[in-house]
Amino acid sequence: MVEMTLQKGIRRKERKRNLIAYSFIAPNFIGFAVFTLIPVIYAFVLGFTKWDGNNPMEFVGFQNFTKLFQDRMFLAALKNTIIYCIGTVPLTMVASLALAVILNQKVKFRGFFRTVSFFPYVASLVAVTSVWNMLFHPTRGPVNWVLQNVFQVANPPNWFGKDLILLTMILFSVWKYTGYYMVIYLAGLQGISGELYDAGSLDGANTWQKFRYITWPQLHSTTFFVVIMLTITCFKVYDIAVMIAGGGDGRLGTSSTVLVYYICQKAFVNWDLGYASAVAMVLFALVLIVTLIQFRGERKLQE
Amino acid sequence: MGATKKRRTGRFFLYLILILMTLLMMIPFLWMLSASIKARDEVFMMEPFRLIPEVPRWSNYKEIWTRIPLLKFIENTTILTVVVTFLQLLTSSFAAYAFAKLEFRFKNVLFMGYVATIALPWQVYMVPQFIMMRKMGLNDKLLSMVCLQAFSAFGVFMMKQFYEGIPDSLCEAARIDGMSEYRIWAKIMLPLSRPALSTLTIFTFVTTWNDYLGPLIYLKTETKKTVQIGLKMFMGQYTAEYGLIMAGSAVVLIPVLIVFLFLQKYFVEGIASTGIKG
Repeated sequence: MVEMTLQKGIRRKERKRNLIAYSFIAPNFIGFAVFTLIPVIYAFVLGFTKWDGNNPMEFVGFQNFTKLFQDRMFLAALKNTIIYCIGTVPLTMVASLALAVILNQKVKFRGFFRTVSFFPYVASLVAVTSVWNMLFHPTRGPVNWVLQNVFQVANPPNWFGKDLILLTMILFSVWKYTGYYMVIYLAGLQGISGELYDAGSLDGANTWQKFRYITWPQLHSTTFFVVIMLTITCFKVYDIAVMIAGGGDGRLGTSSTVLVYYICQKAFVNWDLGYASAVAMVLFALVLIVTLIQFRGERKLQE
Repeated sequence: MGATKKRRTGRFFLYLILILMTLLMMIPFLWMLSASIKARDEVFMMEPFRLIPEVPRWSNYKEIWTRIPLLKFIENTTILTVVVTFLQLLTSSFAAYAFAKLEFRFKNVLFMGYVATIALPWQVYMVPQFIMMRKMGLNDKLLSMVCLQAFSAFGVFMMKQFYEGIPDSLCEAARIDGMSEYRIWAKIMLPLSRPALSTLTIFTFVTTWNDYLGPLIYLKTETKKTVQIGLKMFMGQYTAEYGLIMAGSAVVLIPVLIVFLFLQKYFVEGIASTGIKG
């Protein structure tokens, strides 16, 4: 009898505890569930429909997906996004790592240098891309002027032409993101125990050896985090593409279109909402696969 | 002697690289400021190149306020950013406390829900989100932006990581003293989490102020538009007004610059203290 009352008492306490906890979460979670979680679930359904937002929705099974892989614009967007990713991720990673290693030393004005390298990330994209577009203007921009008059390059390149546009986007992204990932690497570097380096010095290791055998392995999980974040960010590219490659009216052609831009076009210009969701799901699958591969690789390395 | 000389050359190259890096990072901004006070034809002049023109055209800065409703855009964006940042800080730290320090049913499942959406690109569900917002009549209202941004999973995630670093014993002692969980949050957790809150403030402020795609999709009436859209619109309409465009860009950068300069110390510390590297 006593035991039953005891059980009841415990369960009542548990329920009260749960209620208090839920009251904490509720403000944030309700907003989150309504505006994020539900759309996510909805998104997975939409990909199998044909809908323009007004007329009734019709289920079309996998039709959207078979259409996709014959869609020239989609394939162009897919190709460009992947190339952009392959270009930006390694370059940014190397640049941010190098900067972090340098700025982890006892250098004068260290704070200033850190702030300076971080600033491009913080600056508004619209403002910064407008400057870049002027700097790299093929005929009037200072960059080509310097190339032509200082380095005697006969025909300075058209940075916004269909051959180089992806490169220009990549260069811009590396410039913009390096500072941010440098900060993440700095945090990682600060976690490496100084004793390891002392032991290395005792063993007669030079700077390069210290980096290769101490720093680099110790930064393992940080590098993993950085590469994943970078990859996901690059797959989602939209603003950068539109503002660097979009010309005056913000429209992208086959040489510069990217997946998210295509989703937006299909959804908000063509009102082909089911098809747009299908493209979005391909994007999601891509991000998921790449992330899983990286997780697998990480686990293999740890064994 | 040889070793010191080597160190000195090493140092020299180090500073050289740093100065080069600074130039690379800063030249676009310097050029922007310089171009913002030039007349249209002067902007691209390279022979000679003058950082500060002979006759600085300060009128550029006056003109942009009249050419586009810049004041209205800034007003909209400021209200939006302040409201979103405040809501984010409040609800995220509130929820994070439960995830970090309290035990309850479905805790792990709920938290996994949060984490899963962080990895998911917003663009994947932006279409159904838009449809839903439209059904709710939130289209073309600044409120829509608030709803989208104020309840982010990232905020909860970050604050939870930080709270986990605060020793449980503090909360235990408070509970024994008879403090309710709400008071514990307000009197103990909140004051202690200032670095994390500062970091979240900067992130949220910067993200909201710089947001382009969100306002582009949801805000259609010109008077409701935010500063990023406004600037881009201006650039599209007056493509040849280089000096004005640069002046507008400079103005748009200033608020973020100020916030950043004041709180930049926390930025580096904040990212480090949330244990991301581990």
